[in-house]
Amino acid sequence: MKSSLLAVRNLDVSFRTRAGLVRASNGVNLDIREGETLALVGESGCGKTIIALAVMRLLVENALITGEIRFRGRDLLSLDEEEMRNIRGREIAAIFEQPASCLNPVMRIGEQITEAVMAHEQCPKREAKMQAKEIMETVGIPAARYRSYPHEFSGGMQQRTMIAMALAGRPSLLIADEPTTALDVTVQAQILDLLKESALKNNTAMLLITHDTGIIAEMADTVAVMYAGTILEQGSIKSILKNPRHPYTTALLGAIGEGGLRPLPGTAASLCAVPPGCPFHPRCVLAREVCFRKVPELISVKGRKVRCHYAGRSKAVV
Amino acid sequence: MKTIAGAHKANAPQREQSRPVVLIRDLIAKFNEYPLVVFAASLILLLAVAAIFAPALSPHDPLAVNMEESLQGPAPKHLMGTDQLGRDLFSRILFGTRISLSIAFATVAVCLVLGVAVGAVAGYLGGVADDLLMRLVDIFMAFPGLLLTIAIAGMLGPSMQNLMLAMIATSWVGYARIARGAVLSVKECAFVEAARSLGSGGARILIEHIIPNIVHPIIVLATLNMGQTILSIAGLSFLGLGAQPPAPEWGVMLNEACSFMGLAPHLFIFPGLAITVAVMAFNFLGDGLRDMLDPRFKKEVEI
Amino acid sequence: MLVEAKQLCKYFHGRGRKGGLIKAVDGVSFNIDRGECFGLVGESGCGKSTLGRAVLRLTGATAGEVYFQGIDLLALGPRELKRLRRKMQFIFQDPDGSLDPRFTVARLLAEPLRVQGENKATVAARVAELMEMVNLGKELLCRYPHELSGGQRQRIGIARAMALTPEFLVADEPAASLDLSVQAQVLSLMKTLQRDYSLGILFISHQLKIIRIMTQRVAVMYLGRFVEVGRTGEIFSRPLHPYTKALLAAGPDPKRKQEKRKLLLKGEIPDPSFLPAGCRFHPRCPYFEPPCAGVEPALADAGGGHWVACHRYR
Repeated sequence: MKSSLLAVRNLDVSFRTRAGLVRASNGVNLDIREGETLALVGESGCGKTIIALAVMRLLVENALITGEIRFRGRDLLSLDEEEMRNIRGREIAAIFEQPASCLNPVMRIGEQITEAVMAHEQCPKREAKMQAKEIMETVGIPAARYRSYPHEFSGGMQQRTMIAMALAGRPSLLIADEPTTALDVTVQAQILDLLKESALKNNTAMLLITHDTGIIAEMADTVAVMYAGTILEQGSIKSILKNPRHPYTTALLGAIGEGGLRPLPGTAASLCAVPPGCPFHPRCVLAREVCFRKVPELISVKGRKVRCHYAGRSKAVV
Repeated sequence: MKTIAGAHKANAPQREQSRPVVLIRDLIAKFNEYPLVVFAASLILLLAVAAIFAPALSPHDPLAVNMEESLQGPAPKHLMGTDQLGRDLFSRILFGTRISLSIAFATVAVCLVLGVAVGAVAGYLGGVADDLLMRLVDIFMAFPGLLLTIAIAGMLGPSMQNLMLAMIATSWVGYARIARGAVLSVKECAFVEAARSLGSGGARILIEHIIPNIVHPIIVLATLNMGQTILSIAGLSFLGLGAQPPAPEWGVMLNEACSFMGLAPHLFIFPGLAITVAVMAFNFLGDGLRDMLDPRFKKEVEI
Repeated sequence: MLVEAKQLCKYFHGRGRKGGLIKAVDGVSFNIDRGECFGLVGESGCGKSTLGRAVLRLTGATAGEVYFQGIDLLALGPRELKRLRRKMQFIFQDPDGSLDPRFTVARLLAEPLRVQGENKATVAARVAELMEMVNLGKELLCRYPHELSGGQRQRIGIARAMALTPEFLVADEPAASLDLSVQAQVLSLMKTLQRDYSLGILFISHQLKIIRIMTQRVAVMYLGRFVEVGRTGEIFSRPLHPYTKALLAAGPDPKRKQEKRKLLLKGEIPDPSFLPAGCRFHPRCPYFEPPCAGVEPALADAGGGHWVACHRYR
């Protein structure tokens, strides 16, 4: 039984804005075990990036965070900035959607990776440079391109650079926020393959954040489906893909499928205006009176957890 | 990516997707986040009122000479005192506001129309037309403003009209460059291509789509330019190249005050203050507008 | 035949030191019939967007011909072209950028009618009709694009394209920038319109699952050329070209986990100004053989309307 690496409990993230208090995340519970990959799936504006930033403690000052983020038993929210800096990049690393904007445009690629190595390994530059070249080969960048600049790299190569920099600290948890959304399909396949391989080889756990339900099948062990800041369904990938129990999950997986188009009515709820009760009720064909009034509890049903008033009754047929 | 606003510069609550200021009503909605802008705008409004209603507001005739009351300090009868010829300073300042603001406004207006026309056409047409027009702009930019003004004043005689001519000749190019740059970026926008796909011709696209969308940087430039122009008018008139005595122009008044520095400091304090207030107000407004209109100056958090 | 393209080419001049010719579209031929949705699939740099624009003459063509209902599009004068624009319209990928931020929805929808000189009296009525056509409430008429959601904006884009009752649409990735749940709505709308108005559509996308649902025939494009063309069902069940196979394998499908690893392509899409010799795909092809680097394969008939450009199928 693998030990728990990251355990998020009752995470509430709110922002003080002129429009009032905006709850970006509402009672989120997540579990990632060593070497496992959790896919956090949801459409844009559902709050999934906030979770990633919260775990890395990279949120802005006016964010109110309550709950627990236990990493190897330690609550990350209780650490001070210096302790957090030791963890960031070293134990927990992250890669984001637009690699081009994360790279220093006037610094050579190889040097940026070397810099990442030096930040975590405390070794002289020469050694760091050698390690950097090794990492480059691992992620598929020829060592000969050490002296290239970011703008000379394609999107896929830039993302490989980010992965190299993330892996430099030998993290135990890698957070990947939409890592392949901006890439071509064939390059996406390469990058995902690379991530999967690295995760297996180094026993790195991964928090994969995406809106693409297609890639989670090959990448993830567990999945959490998020909507308007709330997790609606979470559990093992097999059980959820085969037998989704929440109407939203069913709709997401089936919207554009081999059977044709099954559009979901309405638009995704904005975090600034979350509907009362179950946040999904305005778009749910199964919605009843209780759905307007009460937020459903997270119940365990058939090997996963669902937040729906219909859970446990019958299969959610949409 | 959806975003929500942070505490500092959040936007109107009902919008899910906040966007930079597009319309006047967005601008007005944003006003209360920028107290400095409100202050500057109020000041300018005050100056405008002073300029427009100068005859009604002036207690005395600005040109009325009265040697018995010369060089008096501020007193109830003469709020800002009198100058060496006994003329009421307050009235002269008021009329000076009218002169400075109207001349500056006229100058900026002509520069704007001329500069935007040239710059927009150059940016939109591109190619040879762009090159030729921009070389014309380069030629004008090469002229040092002060020397040109002196030259014109020397050739045609010093007067407010000739001052305006010189200022227009040197300032219009700034607008041309900004307009051209803005047009070049708007030209690439999808909605311009969309207009073409509907069958719109070049002129129609330029007038209906492109020009309205380059308004932001032009407005900022014009506002800041007002401040510069007021300063230029005062400075060049001080040197004797613009307004001539007995015109109640601030620069002229400063010039006349030089001889009486020790005796009557109020003679240069008040005109100086007037110039400072006017220029500062436009500068604050221009900077504030630039911040308000700039899409990057927002604090947002990505979700 | 509604639209016919013959050996269409569009070349760009590279800038800076490279200076070479970028052959964005290099000798493409196809035809589209009334009521048919023809798919164009490929990744970045393949030239599909450029092709879409060239077919409508939104960008000039370097060589080749395009016939719209038998009329030579590329030879038309400006006035006739403007008149013909009524019948062929473009739906843009980015609904945000393709709507003038200073125009209200009403003005946006009225624009095509005004530009084409429609009677002012009929404009308002037509605008109301269009809103209904795309299932949008009339209360949105006075709103501005930035006050609408992505899905609503894209519907406005579609309504605008439909304003003059065109017969042919080029849709450039119409669902790409939308949320998953909204994509299905917009695509469903397009399908309905196609059926109701017998539209011919050139549907450009990089997402295979969308192509599969929306199109009857599809062409796979790589670096300016078609590498495979055929009926959609046929292409998906019996892909012949290695690139098509790789695209299909790279797409999401939980069942094909094992086969995928074998079809991972090497390298990346090359710089379009330095095209590989011979078959343009050969540097990345898992089935590469020496002759592939020598001669470029032409599209060959593989039977049943299925064409493929690969030396393995002659």
